[in-house]
Amino acid sequence: MPDGAVIAAPAVAARGESPARRAFRRLLRHRAAMFGLAVVLAFIAIAVLAPLIAPYDPARTNWAAIRKPPSELFWFGTDENGRDILSRVIWGARASLLAGVVSVAIALAAGVPVGLAAGFLGGRVDALISRFTDAMLACPFLILAIALAAFLGPALENAMIAIGISATPIFIRLARGATMAVKVEDYVEAARGLGNPRWRVAVRHILPNIVPPLLVQATLAIASAIIAEASLSFLGLGQQPPAPSWGSMLNTAQRFMEQAPWMAIFPGLSIFTVVLAFNLLGDGLRDALDPREQG
Amino acid sequence: MSFRRTLLAAAALVAAAVAAAPVSAQTLRIGLREDPDIMDPTLARTFVGRIVFASLCDKLFDIDKDLNIVPQLATGYRWEDPKTLIITLREGVKFHDGETMDAAAVVYSLNRHLTMQGSFRRGEINSMEKAEAVNPTTVRVTLKEPFAPFLAQLTDRSGMVVSPKAAEAAGAQFGTRPVCAGPFRFVERVAQDRIVVERFADYWDKGRIHIDRIIYQPIPDDTVRLANLQAGSLELVQTIGTNDVATVQRNNRLRISMSDELGYQGLTINIGNGARAQTPLGQNAKVRQALDLAIDRATINQVVYNGMFTPTWQAVPPSSPYHVKSLTPPTRDVARARALLREAGVQAPVKIVLTVPNNPELRQVGEVIQAMAAEAGFEITLNAMEFASSLQAATRGEFEAYLLAWSGRTDPDGNLWTFVHSRGPQNDGKYSNPEVDRLLDAARVETDLEKRVALYEQMYKHAVVEDRSRLYLWHRKNIVAHTARLTGFVNVPDGLIRVQDLRLAN
Amino acid sequence: MLLFLARRVGQTIPTLLFVSLLIFGLQQLMPGDPALILAGEERGDPTVLAQIRAELNLDKPLPVQYGLWLWGVLQGDLGFSWRIREPIAEVIAQKLPVTLQLGLMAFVIAVFIGIPLGILSAVKKDTPLDWGANAVGLAGLSLPNFWLGIMMILFFSVQLGWLPPSGYVPLSEDWRQSLATTIMPAFVLGSGIAAVFMRHMRSAMLQAMGQDYVRTARAKGLGERVVVLKHALRNALVPVVTLGALELGTLLSGAVLTEQVFTIPGFGKLIVDAVFNRDYPVVQGVVLVTATLYILLNLIADVLYVLINPRLRHA
Repeated sequence: MPDGAVIAAPAVAARGESPARRAFRRLLRHRAAMFGLAVVLAFIAIAVLAPLIAPYDPARTNWAAIRKPPSELFWFGTDENGRDILSRVIWGARASLLAGVVSVAIALAAGVPVGLAAGFLGGRVDALISRFTDAMLACPFLILAIALAAFLGPALENAMIAIGISATPIFIRLARGATMAVKVEDYVEAARGLGNPRWRVAVRHILPNIVPPLLVQATLAIASAIIAEASLSFLGLGQQPPAPSWGSMLNTAQRFMEQAPWMAIFPGLSIFTVVLAFNLLGDGLRDALDPREQG
Repeated sequence: MSFRRTLLAAAALVAAAVAAAPVSAQTLRIGLREDPDIMDPTLARTFVGRIVFASLCDKLFDIDKDLNIVPQLATGYRWEDPKTLIITLREGVKFHDGETMDAAAVVYSLNRHLTMQGSFRRGEINSMEKAEAVNPTTVRVTLKEPFAPFLAQLTDRSGMVVSPKAAEAAGAQFGTRPVCAGPFRFVERVAQDRIVVERFADYWDKGRIHIDRIIYQPIPDDTVRLANLQAGSLELVQTIGTNDVATVQRNNRLRISMSDELGYQGLTINIGNGARAQTPLGQNAKVRQALDLAIDRATINQVVYNGMFTPTWQAVPPSSPYHVKSLTPPTRDVARARALLREAGVQAPVKIVLTVPNNPELRQVGEVIQAMAAEAGFEITLNAMEFASSLQAATRGEFEAYLLAWSGRTDPDGNLWTFVHSRGPQNDGKYSNPEVDRLLDAARVETDLEKRVALYEQMYKHAVVEDRSRLYLWHRKNIVAHTARLTGFVNVPDGLIRVQDLRLAN
Repeated sequence: MLLFLARRVGQTIPTLLFVSLLIFGLQQLMPGDPALILAGEERGDPTVLAQIRAELNLDKPLPVQYGLWLWGVLQGDLGFSWRIREPIAEVIAQKLPVTLQLGLMAFVIAVFIGIPLGILSAVKKDTPLDWGANAVGLAGLSLPNFWLGIMMILFFSVQLGWLPPSGYVPLSEDWRQSLATTIMPAFVLGSGIAAVFMRHMRSAMLQAMGQDYVRTARAKGLGERVVVLKHALRNALVPVVTLGALELGTLLSGAVLTEQVFTIPGFGKLIVDAVFNRDYPVVQGVVLVTATLYILLNLIADVLYVLINPRLRHA
């Protein structure tokens, strides 16, 4: 076994600069990532400043102007109740960003440690965790959602919990698979051979190397979470009308696909933009964290 | 991108090979809104199931487009006394299995509806004490007490006559191969995909049947159902959304047909069902009146339904002879609504939780009511609920106001007694007024049309005008769209698709 | 390997037991009373409700209800659907082939679009090709299935008249019609998953290409093609295999919205109708089948890990 393996052992590479610092410095230089970050920050700003920048009250109905196409007065057109779509997209950013980011964070926080443990420890722990994951995967989300709706009642936070729980098994499986692949790498075996405690090997040597697939999945899961929030609001979880969210705007638009396509286009574009931005940011993070790349 | 293109090209090739697949000109394909439940007249529950029964199972009586009761398997009836009904039967009618439809079969079917385990007809005809065959073409039905709606029940599933031999043989599985005396016989069913029936050669009225085969296809998505009609993969669709009416009208290869539905949509208010009834809305008729006045039925109708439905203040539509003409819905009056709230001594905003089913249209109605009521001093919170949960909530009184649609019955009793009488099985708000109960009971035994309408008019004065026990909003429409090649379709308010006289040109 | 397989098969039974208990418990937590739904318009009549409860054993204590169901399953009887009164085994046998066909087609489409695009965008990282592939892929993910589905129906069926707008013809009846009815929904389902594959493939390829042995291979002067295909790709496949198993599992447990739009009589609609109508035995039966599928797929994934990276065998 060549010695180089230990030297190339990425996360412990010490060049007088902590890995986190180095990653941060490299991230700042990553143009696509900075663009993604800018877009995400812009949307966060829009969500926070919604009361100041929205041209109209997002719940104000206008029976004389239902389903009007985009115009000077209503830049994005109006919806089925004559409400301004631009204002609803702006206010909807709050619910949708929260639903997307928080639920994925829940799933990451719950799924990654469990998956890491399963993959790293193997044996009975792995069998138990994996079979439990199989069971969770087979359980229809709908049942969970209806049960939670009854116990927790309609609130955005509860929808985030439901979505987070349902996305957890994916992160468990992903972390487990990646851990299994990484733990047989030479540098991990070397680290164990040097007598490092198991938790230290897991956190210092394995975790940094399984980040890329988790990062990719997290940025993708945001899109599904934003869309799922809308279905939940129909079951009595999540945002209740007239408060807007991008997902529920899209759902409503389904009835008017031919008559009022703009009702679907703008919330759809918003989801797309946010997801794209998160993916660019994720790519940048990946590159920055990649211990083997120089710079 | 090239992958997409290759795929699309492949799809096109496949399509070209398939598009020419021949369909007999005499096959009628009908798009339904949902998949029917079990096809046994005794056990069936769903409205779409009744549409399929219209070709499979003839009934003792039918209704025409003006809601008159007309004979079908019967030739006539007379009341010997208010508790004894004599029904005379058509001769020479055969079931699909070749057996003869006679008085014994009718008695068998009525008893089956009344006593079979799991029967959904029992509630409709439980006023029946016994049925007996006087002779092969005459049946005598004895009621426990006079019951005016009884005859109307025989125009629906309770009046369907099944082949006793087939029913005995199949038992509870009869619904998987129903054998009746309708113009078409059952061929096959693939759940959630299709039900196929074909012309019955020995149908008693076969001169009026011009179609060889009917395929019923459940297609839940409104847009897709219409797309099938536009693409020529269906000849008729059961309902289309009000938003799509204009699209169909612009297409000269399609036709549209509308009639008032027999039911209504309205707000059920919890007046006496448990703790949630203890709200200003539940306890004070003035607050309910204020809410009624805050709602602009005409505008909601315009906004949500393109002005196609009929605003109302009662349980039966104008097309019914039991419609009370003097009762017209109030016009919106926000100032008066605010004044009423002051009179009632309640602090604005009055908070109400409105339960809405998880159906996009009703949810929009909820949003519109929410916005309108806000102007009059109400603060409505919408609570979307999936159907099964909402049913339980309604029964247990876990609601304050509940937006509900009722598909309706031929006889007004089915729209009123059930919902308004203090013992009514669907009186979820537990409204109770002895005078209203008395009038509803009286209308049940009154066989004279005008006297019955007068009783209902009085009843509405208490239950609607004074007590606002329930806010009736509007009557929906049956909107049927079909190809221009199809002729002879009659849109009866019960929303069924009768197959007699339908012709399909090439 | 045989021992490993035997152990895994042995784990299946307790897992299925656990799943069925979990589902049974969760269903009890849902509000909504099956008797109320089945009673329909007679729901106000306590005698009708009592009769229905007695008929369906709903009046018995929960452990007894579960025991009765389990006893039936052990004898190979999944019971009857409360709503449509058909044997559940038959209903599942009717729907399973439909969902298998649609799911596999969607999966194949996703693999054929997602994997090559992912490799391409990793190899051509930070070029317009990479950006374009990412944008198209993520658009496929952000578009709700109903939107893409309805657009395709309006274009290919209504405008061009090439494909039937909805419905399903079994493969055994007429394979060409069958493909014609499933190609659009399979594409709709596949396009979303393709994005997932593409993103994971790209990231995994980039990670693998930075590994020492790839660098070594390169240093030895092997051609870029060989490096990419023989060395980088192998290790990059682990997350893709994980995701593949999960996505295929999701596909095979039924795609509700897409089935609804294209009126495909598959698993998704079955389970949703069963949940909404509180048709407990159907839910239990379907979940048993999906759980078995997931266990099987995850087993295949674990075997594939070892095939891809033989060093895992010792672990």
